[in-house]
Amino acid sequence: MSDPVLPPVRTVFRALATTFVPETASLDERGWSALEAVVEDALALRPPKIRRQLATLIRLLDMLPLLRHGRRFTALAAGARLAFLAAMQDAPVLLLRRGVWGLRTLVLMGYYAGPEGATAVGYRADPRGWEARR
Amino acid sequence: MTERDYDVVIVGSGAGGGTVAEALAPLVRDGRTVLVLEKGPRLDDHEFTGREIEMATALYEDGGGFLTADGTMTLAFGRAYGGSTVVYTGTSLVVPEHVIRGWDVPGLDHADLARRAEAFKAANNVHLLDAGLINDNNRLFVEGCAKAGYHAEQFPLNLRGCRGSSLCNLGCPNAAKQGTHRVQLPAAERAGVEVVTRADVRRIGERVLEVRVGAKADGEKGRPSEWAPGEYRVRAKIVVVCGSAVGSPALLLRSGFGARLPRLGRGFTCHPAHILVAEHARAITNDVGHPKSFFMDRTREEGFLLETCMYFPFTTAKNLTGFGPAHSALMRAFPRLQMILVLACDKAVPENRVAVDRDGNPVVHYRFARETIAAMVRATRASARIFFAAGALRVHAPSAETTLIERQDAARVDELIDARHFRTGKVSVSAAHLMGGCAMGRDAADSVADGRGRVHGVPWLYVADASLFPDSLEINPYLTIMALADRVAERVRADAPALLAAG
Repeated sequence: MSDPVLPPVRTVFRALATTFVPETASLDERGWSALEAVVEDALALRPPKIRRQLATLIRLLDMLPLLRHGRRFTALAAGARLAFLAAMQDAPVLLLRRGVWGLRTLVLMGYYAGPEGATAVGYRADPRGWEARR
Repeated sequence: MTERDYDVVIVGSGAGGGTVAEALAPLVRDGRTVLVLEKGPRLDDHEFTGREIEMATALYEDGGGFLTADGTMTLAFGRAYGGSTVVYTGTSLVVPEHVIRGWDVPGLDHADLARRAEAFKAANNVHLLDAGLINDNNRLFVEGCAKAGYHAEQFPLNLRGCRGSSLCNLGCPNAAKQGTHRVQLPAAERAGVEVVTRADVRRIGERVLEVRVGAKADGEKGRPSEWAPGEYRVRAKIVVVCGSAVGSPALLLRSGFGARLPRLGRGFTCHPAHILVAEHARAITNDVGHPKSFFMDRTREEGFLLETCMYFPFTTAKNLTGFGPAHSALMRAFPRLQMILVLACDKAVPENRVAVDRDGNPVVHYRFARETIAAMVRATRASARIFFAAGALRVHAPSAETTLIERQDAARVDELIDARHFRTGKVSVSAAHLMGGCAMGRDAADSVADGRGRVHGVPWLYVADASLFPDSLEINPYLTIMALADRVAERVRADAPALLAAG
């Protein structure tokens, strides 16, 4: 069993998550636990190196705004957070672009893969197919 | 280390392995032993729930998140009893003649492949869905194509009793899809072929396989393996490798065959794909009904193929470019979303290849060629035209300047969608038609196997899956894999008396 990745970087992870998926801002502690459990389960399948890289990326994304805004990511307003991450996903360095894409993907998985996320967007697929719609 | 002996061992149970298993089953009648080793689990019918993460984790390699080496493309391939035939949509097309002619493989004849493919269409109950079972997502595609000047065609599908769950890519919850897990493998097992699941073949030596059988974890789907967990040494007189375009080259590379086969792993192609969405003013039936009923073929003219599709919330969210309020707004429009899958016909080049890491696990090196990106851009423009012609309010296009194109800009799609906006690492690209790596050809200088799948210079070793393709297939591949695997099995049967006697 691998050590969980998120606890040491939880505050920054949640700040990033609410920027990627604004709806997560209204999650209670139980909702966050469910989201983070999905993310941890996905990370548990990855090699230790990838898990360490993700934690490093999260810390880096918190620190990088210091260069331009004089504040950490967690201290930025919502609009500035969005603009910063948008710039990162367009960064000239592939490693940063794919890092942001990967982190975003994990958050999307945590939010939309669960039944609440699916219900929230009106997704209604049912194994009974057409019969369930009649 | 437990030791076992078999006459024939087949590695993998998907379109290739399942076909070979059934075709070689008559050997059992003659007193021979045939074994199939499958890395993934065998699920019971009630375990197909249609829940996204749970099914993806159970049925796909890396839970569906297998990435290329530079992390810019996701490769989706199955890992279960039935392989990827458990998770495809059942689209059953016969390969066009010009593709096989272009491959230029000695002895490989299109008419022969087409004849075999037709036989599998009959065995797998391939037919066109009745019009009454077509959902709005598909109808709008046909309508949009017609208005935009394109010709949509209906997919023949291998279904029996489809209820329209729309969950094909998570494994049909109604056992309707006629993959090898429903047709060929059960037939082979009834005839005496042994299938062992959770069996990971780590290495092939001189007529011997090193196999690791995994234990079922707590809460994991699927039956426990037919063999006790542990390490096995399986001797075989004939080995047929059918582990997919990623798994087969990786297995042969970590077994040391690369030294004598310089083309091993090279020439990987995959039909890189975007999932495009468009928002309509009203709700449409999209998450009910078969998701992939129509396609539009522009492979010869423009190097791309469009197919209808409908994915699940996380897969959809992942494939939209960007994040934040605009991304959320599009997700909340889910009941009004129409989807099209665009696939580019990428060409096989030696640089795009399967390799292995220090632990012997597959690593796929893939770079998007300029022509591939250009084809994806042309496909995205065509899709945007089809979406707007079908009445969409706005279109999400990954290679567009602003990602979302509004209806008032419909006339500007050629200008707004451009290759300079295709940024790897930012746009989501995925692929499920994985091909090449053990290409057929003349000799070891240009390929890995001959036109009947026999590995050059290794008379007891065969390959029978999509890794044999020397180049892109330009259509959905499973029926062609089955046809090729059937040819390979025919050759194995012909070679068997000598090989089995020699062993």
